Amino acid sequence: MEFLAQLLNGLSLGSIYALIALGYTMVYGICKMLNFAHGDVIMVGAYTLSIAMSTLHFPPFLSILTSMVVCAVLGVLIERIAYKPLRQASPLAVLITAIGVSYFLQSLALLIFGSTQRRVESAINVASIQVGDFTISGNAVITLVLTIILMVGLTWFINNTMTGKAMLAVSEDKGAAQLMGVNVNKTIAVTFLIGSALAAVAGVLYIASYGYVGPYTGAMPGIKAFVAAVLGGIGSVPGAMLGGILLGIIESLSKAYISTQLADAIVFGVLIVVLLVKPTGLLGKKIMEKV
Amino acid sequence: MKKNYLKLLALCMVAVVAMFAFAGCGSDNNQQQSNNGANDENKVFYIGSIGPLTGAAASYGTSAKQGEEIAVAEINAAGGVAGYTFELLAEDDQHDAEKSVNAYNTLMDKGMNALVGSVTSVPCIAVTEESHADGLLQITPSGSAIAAAQYDNCFRICFTDPQQGEHMAQYIYDQGITNCAVLYDVSDAYSSGIYEAFVAAYEGLGGTVTAAESFASGDVDFHTQLTSIKNSGAQALFMPFYYQEVAYVANQAGDVGLDVPYFGSDGWDGVIKQLEGDTTLINGSAFLTPFIPSATDEKTVGFVTAYQEAYGAVPDQFAADGYDAVYAIAAALEKAGSADNAALVAAMYDIEIDGVTGHMSWDENGDATKDAIIAIIQDGDITQAE
Repeated sequence: MEFLAQLLNGLSLGSIYALIALGYTMVYGICKMLNFAHGDVIMVGAYTLSIAMSTLHFPPFLSILTSMVVCAVLGVLIERIAYKPLRQASPLAVLITAIGVSYFLQSLALLIFGSTQRRVESAINVASIQVGDFTISGNAVITLVLTIILMVGLTWFINNTMTGKAMLAVSEDKGAAQLMGVNVNKTIAVTFLIGSALAAVAGVLYIASYGYVGPYTGAMPGIKAFVAAVLGGIGSVPGAMLGGILLGIIESLSKAYISTQLADAIVFGVLIVVLLVKPTGLLGKKIMEKV
Repeated sequence: MKKNYLKLLALCMVAVVAMFAFAGCGSDNNQQQSNNGANDENKVFYIGSIGPLTGAAASYGTSAKQGEEIAVAEINAAGGVAGYTFELLAEDDQHDAEKSVNAYNTLMDKGMNALVGSVTSVPCIAVTEESHADGLLQITPSGSAIAAAQYDNCFRICFTDPQQGEHMAQYIYDQGITNCAVLYDVSDAYSSGIYEAFVAAYEGLGGTVTAAESFASGDVDFHTQLTSIKNSGAQALFMPFYYQEVAYVANQAGDVGLDVPYFGSDGWDGVIKQLEGDTTLINGSAFLTPFIPSATDEKTVGFVTAYQEAYGAVPDQFAADGYDAVYAIAAALEKAGSADNAALVAAMYDIEIDGVTGHMSWDENGDATKDAIIAIIQDGDITQAE
C-alpha cells in the first residue's frame, strides 16, 4: 500500500520533470544546443504568474496566458541577443553563453524580487482525491494529464505542420535547409518561442504543486529535467516524457526505501549506467556519423 | 624562463616579509589602543558588535545590532555602569568566517573591551579562537552551535541546538504524545544537532520515534518523506528547521493526507509571514522560541516599544538576543567593577539577569540556563503556552 503511494509521489514529481524536459529536448533536438537558461525561464514564468494574480488581479486563465506570452517573448529575445550572434561559433561558446544567460536571469530576479521566497497564489486549484486509505493530489493528476497532452501535441506539430517539418529539416542540416528555402532564423525563433511557452506552463504547474518562487527556483528542476531529457534520449519528445517520469519514480523510491542522502546519487548513477549501455538514451535515435 | 621564476620567488619573499612587518605593527597598535580605551579619562566602555549587516543573512545581523543599540542607549540614559558609558562599535562580517576575524581585529584596534558576536555560528567559531587568545569577554547573541562558545571566555544568550532538542522532547512528551516522527535537514548542522538531541531525549523519556526522515537544504518536494511519516503511525511531527521548508511541508502534508500537529524549533520565527493566507495549515502547532514580541510583561513591552520607535519594526529573536547580550555585559561590568578582561569573564559565571529572553545565568560551558518559551500558533496569532 505504501509502495503504491510512493509510486504516485514519484509519478507526480516525474511529470513536472517531464514537462520541463519537453522544452529542453525540443530546443536541443532542433538547434543542437543545450539551453541551460530553460530552468530560469520557468522561474520568470512563476514570477509573472505571481504578479498577474496578486498585483494585477487577473483571472487565473488570463494570468497563465500572460505568463506564457511573457516567457515566449523572453525566449525569443534570449535567442536573438545571446545565441544568434554565436550561430557559427563552437558549441562550447554557446554552452557557456547559455550558462551566462542563466546566471543573468537569476541575478536579475534577485535584484528585483530579493532573496526571500515569495508565496504565489496558484492559478490551478484541484482538490485532492481520496480513494480509501489513499490521497491522490489533484495537482499531480493535472500535471500528468497536461504533460501527456502537450507531448502528443508537440509530436504532432513537429511531424505534421510546415513549421514542424522546417524544424526537422533545420535540425538535420542547417545549410541544406536554407538552400531548400527554409528560413533558418525564423524556424529557430519559433522553436524558442514554443519551448519557452512550455516552460511557462511548467512554471504554472510547479507553483500549483509547491506554492513558492525564489530567484533560484528554476535551477535544480532545470538540471533534473536535463538529466531526464538525456536519460530518455535528448532530442526525442516521447523520450523526455519517459525520462522525466522514470527519474521522478527512481528519486521517490530511493528516498523512501534506500536513503534520502543517496537519492540524487542513485538518480545520476542510473543515468551513467543507461549512457554506458545505450549512449543515445532510452529512445534516442542513432545518428550515423559520416567520415 | 628561469629568470621569471626567480623574479616570482623574490616577489613572494617581499610579500611575506611585508606581511610579517604589518602583522607586528598591527598587534603593537592593538595593545596601545586597548590600553587607551580602558584607562581613558572619560571612561568609555567599547562594546564591539560583529554580525552580517549585508548579504544573505543580513536580516539576522541587522536585527541583533539594532537590539544592541537600544540596550546601549537605555544603559547610557540611566547613567552608565560603574562609571563607564557604553559605546557600540559595529562591524559587518557578511556571514563569512574570514571577514568576521578581520572585523574582530579592526574592533581590537579601536579599543574594544567586550564583544557581542558573531551573530551566526560559523563566523563566531572562528572569532572565538581570536578572543580566546586575547582573553576578551565574548558573548554571542545567537550562535547556537556548541563550538560557538567553546572557550572559558565565550558565552551565549540563545539556546544551543541540543538544548532545543531536549526542551522540545520534554514538551512533546508532556503533551501525552508517545509516538512522534521527526523530519530534519541532514545537510544543516543546526537541524541535525537538534534532531540528534531530540531523539536521545525523547526515547530516554519513554517515547517512540516512529520515523526519522531527512532532506537536504534546497529540497522542495517532501511528498515521499511525508508519506513514510503518515504510514509510520506518528501522532505528531517534529520539524527542527527553518520557516521556508516548514511552509513547503505544511502545503504538501494535505496532498498525502497527513494530519498531525507539528512542533518546531526557533528557526520557525517568520513562518506566519511565509505562509501568509494559509496560516490555518499550521493551526495548533507549537515551537520553541526565546522571545515573543507580543508578550505583555513590562520588560518586553518596553523593549518592543523602544525598538518600534527607533526602527519602525517589531523586534525578532535576534534583536532580543542582542539586547540581552549588552545587558549581560553591563551586569558583568557592574559585578567586576573594572574593565579588566579577566575580571569581566570571571564575573559572567556569577551574574544572573532578567532579560527579554527570560531569566538567565551561565553554566560552566558558557551556555545560558533559562526556561524555554513555547509559542503556539492559532489562526496566524502567536501566543505563549502556559
